[in-house]
Amino acid sequence: MAKHAVESVSPVPEYRAWKTFLDDRLALAGVIVLVLLVFAALAGKFLTDWFVVFDPSVVRLADKFLPPLSVPSEFVAPADIPWFGMYLLGTDELGRDVFARMLQGSMVSLSIGIVAVALAVSIGVTLGGIAGYFGDRRLGFISVDSLIMRFTDVMLCFPTFFLILTVIALLPSSIYNIMIVIGVTGWMGTARFVRAEFLSLREQDFIVSATALGLPNWRIILLHMLPNAMVPVLVSATISVATAILTESALSFLGFGVQPPAATWGNILADGKGFIFDAPWLFFIPGFAILLVVLAFNLVGEGMREAMNPRLRPR
Amino acid sequence: MGSYLIRNFLQRCVLLIVVSMISHAVILLAPGEPSEVDPSNPRMKPEDIAKIRAAFHLDDPLHVQYVYWMRDMVSGELTSFKDGQPVLPKIWSRFLNSLPLFVCATLIVWTLSFPVGIRAAVTRGSLYDRSTTFIAYGLISIPGFFLSYLFILWIVEGFNVPVIGMATFGMQDAHWLYRGMDQLWHLVIPSVMSALAGVAILSRYVRSQMLEVIGQDYIRTARAKGLDPDSVIYRHALRNALLPFVTMFGLMLPGLIGGSVIIEQIFAWPGIGRLGYDAILARDFPVILTINFIAAALTLAGTFLSDILYAVVDPRIRLQ
Repeated sequence: MAKHAVESVSPVPEYRAWKTFLDDRLALAGVIVLVLLVFAALAGKFLTDWFVVFDPSVVRLADKFLPPLSVPSEFVAPADIPWFGMYLLGTDELGRDVFARMLQGSMVSLSIGIVAVALAVSIGVTLGGIAGYFGDRRLGFISVDSLIMRFTDVMLCFPTFFLILTVIALLPSSIYNIMIVIGVTGWMGTARFVRAEFLSLREQDFIVSATALGLPNWRIILLHMLPNAMVPVLVSATISVATAILTESALSFLGFGVQPPAATWGNILADGKGFIFDAPWLFFIPGFAILLVVLAFNLVGEGMREAMNPRLRPR
Repeated sequence: MGSYLIRNFLQRCVLLIVVSMISHAVILLAPGEPSEVDPSNPRMKPEDIAKIRAAFHLDDPLHVQYVYWMRDMVSGELTSFKDGQPVLPKIWSRFLNSLPLFVCATLIVWTLSFPVGIRAAVTRGSLYDRSTTFIAYGLISIPGFFLSYLFILWIVEGFNVPVIGMATFGMQDAHWLYRGMDQLWHLVIPSVMSALAGVAILSRYVRSQMLEVIGQDYIRTARAKGLDPDSVIYRHALRNALLPFVTMFGLMLPGLIGGSVIIEQIFAWPGIGRLGYDAILARDFPVILTINFIAAALTLAGTFLSDILYAVVDPRIRLQ
């Protein structure tokens, strides 16, 4: 069955999109990295928080600045000896195990990216959907559509990074505030896209007939319109996760990131920059980890975008 | 067209005022204020704090504070909370420092991206295409400051090029030629670093635009009638692919203000991004608000400009 489908030219656009995606080796490599990352993040959450095998906050001053793969000295209490009997990725300026911190940080960094983008996407889809579907209703002198879209224009006028910086600097800095601020400043593109998509979907025959059948609005929106608009939104969300992870590390660099002792890849990297000559692993390990993960998100996102766009296919 | 422009301009003015109100409210309502920057200072007595709050109008209601801010900004009397200097000249002098960085970075981005992107599109699937694609993704994905640090290490060790600040300290009395050379060297590395991500993004965009145009029927027609490949690519394809980029000139304007906090921080460049950063740390509301205001004004001016440019270059678009 599957063999037959490969030989004939498939008429189903989804199938062709899949095939383009699977042919893209870079995107596949990205998928593998992301799957590994999710496992690392879950393992990190599990092993450092709930069932403590690696305690990232154990301070061993006798063992500070040990390079990767070195063995703990005899001054370390037996309870504090790391799991594999050595420091897989070395230790930092307080003798904390970098491997444990990276493992804990993977969950934090990943969840900052995903929660922030999920927030942005849900705000964007809600506002864009309302503007696209109920746009011609009027609230006093202004229609719903122009109210929402003017608000979107207002939000687009702020210099995003500067705004994030201002708000983060003024708010007490916590991981939740960072997620919320990145999310709240990132929904405008989604809103505009969903609105445009809803406006064109609303005119199509299947929606007109659904309306003629007397289906309730929520059913039309959730079951008939949203699924048709969601795929491109999810593609751009994948790329936004990458951007959010980078924003988090940039905030950490400026000193506004998640505060110690909590570890994120961004603040391990930002702390490591002070020891770039004495302990280069503190700088290079988180730096390349961020590079790898962000690259994977970007490659997967671009691979999906290319697979979805029929005009970019080779002919 | 004339009435469209006037209407659009007025709409943007209203938008700008709304933006300034929102940013004013957000910044003043957020916790933290100038009197609390140094709470552990034992010499700060409650009456001093009250004096500071009164001097900065911090006890007045929000809309009154907004009116004070607007009045002072328009009349040019707005002074910084931190040092009492007038804000507008302060921002202007920092802006003049940021300008060369922005111009250099923009030149690098626009001159490099087009050849790279066009060649990648024309030789789609080749080794060149795949390697530039990969490098571009790498540059987009690497944290900017991580890359800058690596680059600084390499360039300082290998080439003995000065990197920090706008000029070498102690060169003030040197001949103007040496001074100019010195400043030029200081400019090179920061502008290359702030251009790299831009090159990566823009060249990808050029590539996808070119690919989209190359797939069109009129390109096939041009090939079919036997034109040589160069004139198909550069006369028929490129000119159509260029259209969206004209509008990007307008969208670049806000980059003058907000684009360079990190780079200026790394290279100790006394530009507008660092001014904003320092103002945020010091809760210097007038400076923060004014920079935000200018950035919003530039964004609005940029999109306005790009609308007009688009109508000018693309005859299919009519503004009405």
